[in-house]
Amino acid sequence: MAEVDDSNKPLFAGLSDVSISEDIPVEGEITVPVGPSSQDDAYSTLDEPVKETILRDLKAVGKKFVHVMYPRKSSALLRDWDLWGPLLLCVTLALMLQGGSADSKEDGGPQFAEVFVIIWFGSVVITLNSKLLGGTISFFQSLCVLGYCILPLTVAMIVCRLVLLGGSGTVSFIVRLVMVVASFSWSTFASTAFLADSQPANRKALVVYPIFLFYFVIGWMILTFSPSS
Amino acid sequence: MAAADDLRFQEFDDAESLLAVNREATTISIEDPGSKSHKPRRVAREKDDDHSLIGDTDSDKTELLAGQKKSAPFWTFEYYQTFFDVETYQVLDRIKGSILPWPGKNFVRLYVRNNPDLYGPFWICATLVFAIAISGNISSFLLCLGRPSHRYVPEFSKVTLAATAIYSYAWLVPLILWGFLLWRNSRVMNVVSYSFLEIVCVYGYSLFVFIPAAVLWIIPSESVRWLSILVAMCLSGSVLVLTFWPAVRDDHRRIALATVTVIITLHVLLAVGCKEYFFDVQDITDPASSVGNLAGNKTALAAKPQ
Repeated sequence: MAEVDDSNKPLFAGLSDVSISEDIPVEGEITVPVGPSSQDDAYSTLDEPVKETILRDLKAVGKKFVHVMYPRKSSALLRDWDLWGPLLLCVTLALMLQGGSADSKEDGGPQFAEVFVIIWFGSVVITLNSKLLGGTISFFQSLCVLGYCILPLTVAMIVCRLVLLGGSGTVSFIVRLVMVVASFSWSTFASTAFLADSQPANRKALVVYPIFLFYFVIGWMILTFSPSS
Repeated sequence: MAAADDLRFQEFDDAESLLAVNREATTISIEDPGSKSHKPRRVAREKDDDHSLIGDTDSDKTELLAGQKKSAPFWTFEYYQTFFDVETYQVLDRIKGSILPWPGKNFVRLYVRNNPDLYGPFWICATLVFAIAISGNISSFLLCLGRPSHRYVPEFSKVTLAATAIYSYAWLVPLILWGFLLWRNSRVMNVVSYSFLEIVCVYGYSLFVFIPAAVLWIIPSESVRWLSILVAMCLSGSVLVLTFWPAVRDDHRRIALATVTVIITLHVLLAVGCKEYFFDVQDITDPASSVGNLAGNKTALAAKPQ
C-alpha cells in the first residue's frame, strides 16, 4: 500500500497534515496525586511513642465493644477485624471462672485451660461449620465476631460474682439466672446480626443453631459457678 | 450446529453412517479414516456400558450417582463442602424421619437419598453431649437441695467423657459396620452395602431422639427415666433395624440375625451406660427418706397441740 518513495520521507512527516476538528475537546489535566495514600506512607509507625500504638489498638478494641453492645448494621467489626478483644475477653472470663472448688478432692469447676479451649475450639468449629455451609465470611472475621460477642456474657459473669459476694441463696440464684439468660440472648442476637447475612437464606437456621449452642454452654458455665468458700 | 447434534442422545448406527454425519463437522484431514472410525465406536460402547449400569439394581445406580458427586480432590476445601450440601428443611425432614420410623420406609433411601451430610450427625452428637452433661448436673443439683450439707460441684470432666463416648460410638461403629457390609457384599451378591457416609448419617440422626430423653432424665423418678429410655431406644433402634435389615436379609439367616442383634445391643449399651454413669441412682433413696422424716415430724408437731 505504501509507495516506495514514502520510506524516504522522515518520520512523522504526515503529522503536519493532520487536523483536529473543533468540536472534539482535547484539553484536560493530567496530574498524579501527590501525597501519602495511606497513613503508613506519611510517617513510619516505628517512630511513634509506644503509648500511641497501644492507645490506637485499645481505641479500636473499644470501638468494637460499643458495636457489640449496640448491634447495628455496621461493618466495622468485619472490615477491621482483630483478635485482641476476643483474647482479652476470653482470658478475663477464664480467670473468673476458675477455681470453683480448688480444695475439694473431686472435680470442681472448669479450669482455666478448659474454658480457654472451649471458647477457642468452639469458635473455630462454628467458623468451619459456617464456611462449609457456603458462607462468604472469612475465617478470622468470623472468629473476631464470635469472640467479641462474648462481651455480654463477661459482663454477666462480673455481675454474678458481685451478687455471689452477698450470699448464695435462692434470690441471688434468680438474679443470676435472669442476668445470664439476658446476656446469652444478647450475645446470640448480636453475633447473628453480623454472621447471618453472609449465608444464603435457606441455611440461616443451620448456621445460627451452633452459635446458640455455643453461647448456651458458656452461659451454663457462668450460671453454675460456685465460689470456693 | 452439528456439534450440538453430536451431544444429543441418539441411537448409534454403524460406523459408516456416523462418519457420514460427522464428516463436515469435525474433520480437518480425511486421510486416516481408521482413527476416526474408532471414535464413534468407542462412544457407542460407552453408551452400552451406561445402559448396563443404570438398568441394574437400585444400589448400583446409587453407587454411580454417589461416585459422580464428589468430583473435587480430597485435599481441597470444596470436597468437604459437598458433605454440607443440605438446607434447613432437609435437616428438619431427616430429624422427623428419625423420630417417626415407619415399617417399610428405609431412612437411607427415603431421606438421605444419595446426599449424606455431616452437619446432622456432628451437631446432634454435640447437642447430645451437652444435654447429657447439663441434665446430669441439674439432677444432682436437685438432689443436693434436700441436703444443704452437700455442696454442689459442677463436674466438668463428665463433659469430656460423654463427648468421647458418644463421638466414638457415632463414628467407630459405622466404620465397623461399613467394613462388615463390604465384606459380606463380596461374599454374597445381593447384600446391599451403603456408603460409609450414609451409615454415619443414619447413626447420627438416630441419636436425635435421645436428646429429649436426656432432658426428661432431670426428673428424679426412676420410673420416668426408665420409661423414657425404653421409648427412645425403641424409636432409634427401629430406625436402625429398618435401615439395615433389608441390607442383610439376603445373607445367611444366622449372620443376618447376628448382625441386627449386635447393632441393637450396642445401642442399648450406649443408652443404659450413659444413664447409669451420669445419673447416680443411689442418691435418690436418701432425700426421699429425709423428706419423709421431715413430713413425719411436721405432722407430729401439728397433731400435738390438738
